Amino acid sequence: MKKLILTTAALVFAGGMAMAESHMKTVRLGTEGAYPPYNFINDAGEVDGFERELGDELCKRAELKCEWVTNDWDSIIPNLVSGNYDVIIAGMSITAERDEVIDFTQNYTQPDPSAYLAMDGADVDLKGGVIAAQTNTIQAAFVAESGATLVEFATPDETIAAVRGGEADAVLADKSYLAPIADENADLVLLEQEELIGGGVGMGLRESDTELKETFDKAIQSMKDDGSLNKLLTKWEIGATF
Amino acid sequence: MFSYCADPEALEGFTWLACYLTTGKHMSLYVSLGVVLLLLAITAPAALLFGFFGASAARSKLLPLRLLGKGYIAIVRGVPDIAFFLFFVIALDQGIEYLRHKALCPGWNEPIRQGNDFVVCTAAKMPLSTSPQWVHEVYGFSLAVLTFAIVFGAFAANVLFGAMRAVPRAQIETAEAYGMTRRQSFWRILVPQMWVYALPGLSNLWMVLIKATPLLFLLGVEDIVYWSKELGAAKLARYSDYPHGDWRMWYFLGLLVFYLLFTKLSEIVLERITRRLSHGQATTGGEALRKAAT
Repeated sequence: MKKLILTTAALVFAGGMAMAESHMKTVRLGTEGAYPPYNFINDAGEVDGFERELGDELCKRAELKCEWVTNDWDSIIPNLVSGNYDVIIAGMSITAERDEVIDFTQNYTQPDPSAYLAMDGADVDLKGGVIAAQTNTIQAAFVAESGATLVEFATPDETIAAVRGGEADAVLADKSYLAPIADENADLVLLEQEELIGGGVGMGLRESDTELKETFDKAIQSMKDDGSLNKLLTKWEIGATF
Repeated sequence: MFSYCADPEALEGFTWLACYLTTGKHMSLYVSLGVVLLLLAITAPAALLFGFFGASAARSKLLPLRLLGKGYIAIVRGVPDIAFFLFFVIALDQGIEYLRHKALCPGWNEPIRQGNDFVVCTAAKMPLSTSPQWVHEVYGFSLAVLTFAIVFGAFAANVLFGAMRAVPRAQIETAEAYGMTRRQSFWRILVPQMWVYALPGLSNLWMVLIKATPLLFLLGVEDIVYWSKELGAAKLARYSDYPHGDWRMWYFLGLLVFYLLFTKLSEIVLERITRRLSHGQATTGGEALRKAAT
């Protein structure tokens, strides 16, 4: 019992210290760090990409102190609702299904068409072949509906490796992710067929965090209004501008 | 790192490799190697401690204590490691936050579970969301150490429980004949002699523990598996100064060699310890040592 009281006292003390340290509200941004150009880990080992620049700018405008955290895509929503971080900013498309579990800010990208990537010269049957997609993405849901055989992978990178290794005929993902890969690899090409799925990318927040949602909504709107968001979208070659 | 690394595209062969292997990202990989070793260094003694108390409790004369010890061994040994890891860490984290919430925010009247969300007041967050990233990492690491210690402690408890019973009864009887109390014979006769019987089991456990460290990845600690995967993934020239294809195989091969070397080293050390502990013991190992000496 004595120990319990001591521990509690120590925790209270530590808590009080940390509270006094900073006045600015700290917000933890959770991202995947494996989905360029949206987010990736650069050579220095730091989070980089379109969403890094966007997130830093939004936090500046909202006068928040932001910390970047990386988390597996698979558990990115569960870890948000259990409070490991406060915001998901990871190229996550706004869907009705996700909206039931978490809340979204307004979209900060236009709906980006999804494209297929396959080996050059391969004859791919999009309705009956084997299509790879990342787990828990809108593309995976789309393939599951389309009648093709879906193979899911935990990271985007593994989906590309699956096409290379012959496990899948093609991979379905956001075009802005696949286009640079097709561009730099002579043996991979984008197919002509594109799918218009998803309603743009937004930041994901806990449903109870309405205040933070409004803050970010306002910040995104101000970036849309002054054109700085469009500049970022062009710089990182992400879909259409606003 | 090196001065000639400023323009990686112009580099070739060895210098390219030297620059590539010293990027900030690779440094994170090397740091994570240290994290794994640190985890082992802390977890092994902690698990042994859990095991010792578990075993002592399981052979206690008091029924509740005995049930506690046996229950601990049976439950933790019977649950798959991964399931325990996934469940326990979340439960522990939320449990801590719940208790802090009750203690720190008595005036809070909103429910803690709001639909899917687990909401506690800001002061009860563990660690506080205002604390820097390293505090979060240390906290996550500590949860991992505790979970590892509890899981491996249960196995160690079982090993030690068996070892305590393996010490020849005659030794204890002699101690009792000399007038030692139960406590004295436990600490002076039983415990020093049980290690040689426990060692094969414990060394097995140590090997399994080394191999289980990639489970850290499950707990969100960025360990060597995470960084190997991340570094091995194909890199495009527009996002990285060191573009390359899918190199995961080579990174995983490196991991394999690391673990193999490490377990080999452990085997050598454990062999030495066994020799030392066998001295003067009434076992075949001890007998062989005695014969060799004369």
